[in-house]
Amino acid sequence: MSFQFTEEQIKRYSRHIILPEVGGKGQQKLLQSKVLVIGAGGLGSPSLYYLAAAGVGTIGIVDFDVVDFSNLQRQILHNTERVGKPKVESAKMTLEALNPDVKVIAYNERIHKDNVMDIIKDYDVVLDGSDNFPTRFLVNDACYFLGKPLVSAAILRFEGQLTTFDYRDKENSPCYRCLFPEPPPPGLVPSCQEAGLLGVVGGIMGTLQANEALKLILEIGEPLVGKLLVFDALTTEFNIVKLRKDKKCPLCGEKPVIKELIEYDQACDIHF
Amino acid sequence: MAVTVRIPTALRRVTQGQGEVQVEAKTIGELIDALEKEFPGIKERLVEENGEIRKFVNFFVNDEDIRFLKGKDTELKDGDIVAIIPAIAGGTEA
Repeated sequence: MSFQFTEEQIKRYSRHIILPEVGGKGQQKLLQSKVLVIGAGGLGSPSLYYLAAAGVGTIGIVDFDVVDFSNLQRQILHNTERVGKPKVESAKMTLEALNPDVKVIAYNERIHKDNVMDIIKDYDVVLDGSDNFPTRFLVNDACYFLGKPLVSAAILRFEGQLTTFDYRDKENSPCYRCLFPEPPPPGLVPSCQEAGLLGVVGGIMGTLQANEALKLILEIGEPLVGKLLVFDALTTEFNIVKLRKDKKCPLCGEKPVIKELIEYDQACDIHF
Repeated sequence: MAVTVRIPTALRRVTQGQGEVQVEAKTIGELIDALEKEFPGIKERLVEENGEIRKFVNFFVNDEDIRFLKGKDTELKDGDIVAIIPAIAGGTEA
């Protein structure tokens, strides 16, 4: 099936098309791809921005929060005028203004056990940029059950973590629970209050998440599977440690005990 | 047996801001005790009351997860690099 680019698209994506690893074919793949981003915050802002600019054809965004002044130090999709507006609406406005080729689907709702499968099932790649453990475990388990690749990033203070779980290859890819079998119990998380975050850390890690998503869609390079990248903004150091598939993993191990979605208690309800 | 320990930002309040510290230890178990001696309060962040390493905290020796080595009994040698990596999620810290 041939794909007709418009004049404007040829110009818009010329820097992609000129790359032999992308080309017209790759650009076509991007335009036909569907990516879901959980959270339109510190990580979602840069990842969504670059995915839209790259011409990812369908982008889903899940967030139930509204834009707050305290978000604007890092959540660059939003702006001062949009304080009080739902984040997904603000994100949609920004992304559609940047690239009209992109169809943005806004899910202005909290993700939970009963909607997560339905939301995720039609997407090719999922990016987790959420700010709490219950969501991270739920999204992980849902992606595992549905066989969707999950690009997971997390940020705190001056630190970022990134890895890709490729659940299209469940035999070989470790899962989030191989790394962290279960979330910290709510009472034990000492600082549910704001722990602080250097805004740019979200920019760096979210951009790397977009890079992972683009590689998966374009089928180029090596995704960060079986590796956990840890970034320290204070020393500007990236370190990579190995992630192994755990035979005793409760989700993907030899004798899995998790066979359906689990909803953990929210450790706290503060969103940053 | 001096080994270098990489401290995650979430624990640096306990290490007076230090991101990397040197300790003398022959195993991960000894390393945790050595850290506690120097930075009181760090141990309870790393291990459960029963002494097991918390499930949302991982130790890597030269990039290998100790759960796939010998856990707390994993042996250390001079010059090893131990990274402590807790689960983080946005603004929540473990």
